[in-house]
Amino acid sequence: MATTRILEWVGRFYIFLLLGFLYLPIIIMGLMSFNASPFYQLPFEWTTDWYASLWQNDQLIAATWNSIEIAIITTILSTVLGSMASLALYRYDFRGKKLLQALLFPPIAIPWLITGTAMLIFFFGIGIGRGLIAILLGHVALALPYVIVVVSARLQTFAPELEEAARSLGANQWQVTVRVTLPWIMPGVIAGGLFAFAVSFDQFVVSYFLSTPGQTTLPVEIYAAIRKGFTPEINAVSTIIIVVSMALMLLTARFFKFGGEK
Amino acid sequence: MAEQLATGSRRALRPALPLLLPAYLWLTVAIFLPLSAMVFFSFMTDLPLAGKEWAFTLGNYAAFFSQSLYSKLLFASLRLGLEVTLWCVVIGYPAAYVLAKVLKGRSREAIFLLVILPFWSNGLVRIFSWAMVLREGGILDTTLNAVLPSKINIDLMYSYPAVIIGLVHSYVPYMVLTCYLTLQAIDDSLIEAGRSLGASRLQVLKRVIIPLSMPGLIAGAALIFVPVVGSFMEPRILGGRTGTFYGTVIEDQFVAVFNWPLGAALSFILLAVVLVILGLAAPVLRRAG
Repeated sequence: MATTRILEWVGRFYIFLLLGFLYLPIIIMGLMSFNASPFYQLPFEWTTDWYASLWQNDQLIAATWNSIEIAIITTILSTVLGSMASLALYRYDFRGKKLLQALLFPPIAIPWLITGTAMLIFFFGIGIGRGLIAILLGHVALALPYVIVVVSARLQTFAPELEEAARSLGANQWQVTVRVTLPWIMPGVIAGGLFAFAVSFDQFVVSYFLSTPGQTTLPVEIYAAIRKGFTPEINAVSTIIIVVSMALMLLTARFFKFGGEK
Repeated sequence: MAEQLATGSRRALRPALPLLLPAYLWLTVAIFLPLSAMVFFSFMTDLPLAGKEWAFTLGNYAAFFSQSLYSKLLFASLRLGLEVTLWCVVIGYPAAYVLAKVLKGRSREAIFLLVILPFWSNGLVRIFSWAMVLREGGILDTTLNAVLPSKINIDLMYSYPAVIIGLVHSYVPYMVLTCYLTLQAIDDSLIEAGRSLGASRLQVLKRVIIPLSMPGLIAGAALIFVPVVGSFMEPRILGGRTGTFYGTVIEDQFVAVFNWPLGAALSFILLAVVLVILGLAAPVLRRAG
């Protein structure tokens, strides 16, 4: 018994170490964004200058707005299209359904480097070229499978008898969908939408290949800045991004259980 | 499944089509056609744009096989993928075990979320954050020199270990997630039965726990190995001059050298390697999923 107790405490301590490994660099990056020295020199001297100077950086602000706009449009489009597809995959049985479901995995599983360069080639070939439209096309495609998987998972918990009952009480297909099915799967739709926002807002690789100097997103702009050299300004904007995306995922977790179990 | 099909008609592609078409059309235009175009393009001599001359060629693939540089880099990337995956198993599996079998209730839920959270935050930013820790005069250097009696120089930045550390940090939550899912599905009574029949902890681990959680391990390994082999941003930021891998060479073809057909061929070779690996892992993944 004593050995079990000791092992359990070793286990807890180990998890604590892992959390340290996961969060320490992020915390240090955040702290350095409040440090006055432009060369990250210690001792620590508090300043918010780096955040203030972000407001003067027009290029960064333009990229931020692009990122937010693209993420919002991606969220709306992929949530609507994805929920529709999930409903169809749930309600109907037809030949090739397995194939359609299997087709959702390549966009998730193929490295973004390959998808991104392939999009660049194809969009150039058909005349769309690079820019915000191309980025949006790519982001929606990357977000769609996540939305479909998440909404479908929620639909698995839906009792089809409810649709049946509504139908036998005289509701038509549209009423059944809007009044019965949709309210039930709403947590899944919201979680799917938040996933889509995160996929788009944090997306770097695909945006990187599809952007042009004028039409770019925040992560691409940050990558360009990092390659020129490290500055506390990058720390400041990175800290903002990480806080926003973590807050988003915490919000998503309220609607979607990642662990699959209570 | 059978009762689900009771709603709606059984062989009903027609009513399903309007709901399916927009999503799958989008995926076709933005994923499947581009991937096909890339294959097509990898057999060309030049961009078929703006009236440029082009012809079919096998030259781009010949370049891969004739110049040992590319295959060397592909092996370097495969090795990187293997090393990162192994580290993720070593670090992630025990953590998944503690989460699934030691922690209970709310603390388990909270810690699980904390482990998964960074994975869904910006990958680029998290790689950059390691630069703050690893560079000379960074936190690691300063702290170790404050603690240790003799002066040592810790400058891991722009080295192979730095790339490994950054990638393991990026992907270890994946391994924790997949292993946790299979580990928490193992019935505790199986472990107790093994113990009461006289097996030592180590024997239970080897004979019961690890075999039963194999699907999670393999799923995690595939989900980590594949993107790591195709990584280019992480080696660029943390590896500096030592960070030349297969992914960075593909990136160069598209953003620096502008040899798109060669880039397409290199991408396609990577895709083939990736598909073979996913194909090998697919049966296990299906059972786990």
